[in-house]
Amino acid sequence: MSPVRLERIGNMSKSASSSTSREAMTAADVRRAIVRIAHEIVERNHGVVGLAIVGLQRGGTWLGEEIAAQINKIESEVSVPVGALDVSLHRDDISLRPVSLGAISNIPFDLSGATVVLVDDVLYTGRTVRAAMEGLNNYGRPRAVQLAVLVDRGHRELPIRPDFVGKNLPTHRGDDVSATRDGVFVTPNSEDKS
Amino acid sequence: MKHLRSIDELGVDGLVDLLQLTDHMAEINQRPVPKVPALRGRTVASLFFEDSTRTRLSFETAAKRLSADTMTFNVSTSSVNKGESLRDTVATITDMGVDAFVVRHKSVGIPWQISQWTTASIINAGDGAHQHPTQALVDCYTIREATHVQNFAGMKIAIVGDIKHSRVARSNIQAFTLLGASVVLVAPPTLLPPDVSHWPVTVSHQLDDIIGGVDVLYMLRLQSERMAQGHVPTLREYSEQYGLTQKRVQALKSDAIVMHPGPMNRGVEMQIDPSDVKNSLIHRQVANGVSVRMAVLFKLLGSGSNLGGQA
Repeated sequence: MSPVRLERIGNMSKSASSSTSREAMTAADVRRAIVRIAHEIVERNHGVVGLAIVGLQRGGTWLGEEIAAQINKIESEVSVPVGALDVSLHRDDISLRPVSLGAISNIPFDLSGATVVLVDDVLYTGRTVRAAMEGLNNYGRPRAVQLAVLVDRGHRELPIRPDFVGKNLPTHRGDDVSATRDGVFVTPNSEDKS
Repeated sequence: MKHLRSIDELGVDGLVDLLQLTDHMAEINQRPVPKVPALRGRTVASLFFEDSTRTRLSFETAAKRLSADTMTFNVSTSSVNKGESLRDTVATITDMGVDAFVVRHKSVGIPWQISQWTTASIINAGDGAHQHPTQALVDCYTIREATHVQNFAGMKIAIVGDIKHSRVARSNIQAFTLLGASVVLVAPPTLLPPDVSHWPVTVSHQLDDIIGGVDVLYMLRLQSERMAQGHVPTLREYSEQYGLTQKRVQALKSDAIVMHPGPMNRGVEMQIDPSDVKNSLIHRQVANGVSVRMAVLFKLLGSGSNLGGQA
């Protein structure tokens, strides 16, 4: 791991002491995972007709856009609509901790009858995905909802399972996982946050 | 933030914060199903001792879109008519488990008074001629939406009409100037407060003098009872000097905005159909009312801000 990487981590994660960060995926690994997930999505759905990608604000939006761009390279006849969903007002822990609304939802197409692929960077407890499924219903009734994540780090608290996974990454509960274009990094945390 | 009783109390940071939060709420209102569960389990009571259409309805709609429960207190059918005091009324409603009161009263300071009697959040929906902070938020948001500027620096806003009796004017002067605009008040001397020298405004008695230079023309409602009270000689004369006529619309800058908090007195301060004015934002003001009040309710009651604070 290069020193430059370590500095980036220090800037990106809130609690991390960068000296102990572990690189779980390199930038190249992330790129390959995105290409594979894009192919899997097209294969599973027999093409892209009726498909829509919705990234979860904010960590999932870049990933949603990249996956959609890949899909558009694979199947060029139809362009896949991409949206972004902010789930903070649908969360079940909204009264338990301060919620910061960072980015606004933007789904400029009708979801009724569409096959929606929800995209997020890291799948953890599953509560964000639950909130997202509830939020989606405000925009119409999708024919089906699928879930694509770059990293599945385990510790689910709800019966939710991803359809497309970049990497299964065993972690401890308190670990900090950051997943960006530049790679996936795990920072162990001695304090158990849960 | 526990209460919203005045723009002062909010400050510039709180103001900007709420305007940004309103963007999120506006997006929710555009969804096919405009409802989120953010305030599930919270209860908002509206306590209106004065008449209202848009403020009360937009607060109730806002609460419902955030999944809060609402209680409506109607003075004319309440035990106030049996002589129950304001304090006992508030205590009674508090006992039912209320997280926020939306209060409108003809007396200045009632929201502050009530907040000493209850643990619930207090939102001022108008106290006498003092403050109406959510209307000011609506107006700032509406200007921001129309002009796409976050900061009102360099913007010239004229507030025209019955400044003296207007809580909307007082809240708006504070909010507009906090965001950097310069405000000119336009009214006959009888409809201005006795002394505005300590207000951050300039004053004009002639609408025609300033109309060509303003970016926002904010018309206030003239209550017809003002004539009986001797503040204006006749409605016709007032209208002649301070009403928005077709001629005055033409004197406006081409991109100037026209606003009115409602309810309008057609034929008095508005001598034209506002839909004839190209840049009238009066309908946007009403539409944004719900989004802004959602932001206020969420700021006060949502987001872990009120933990353990339930009454």
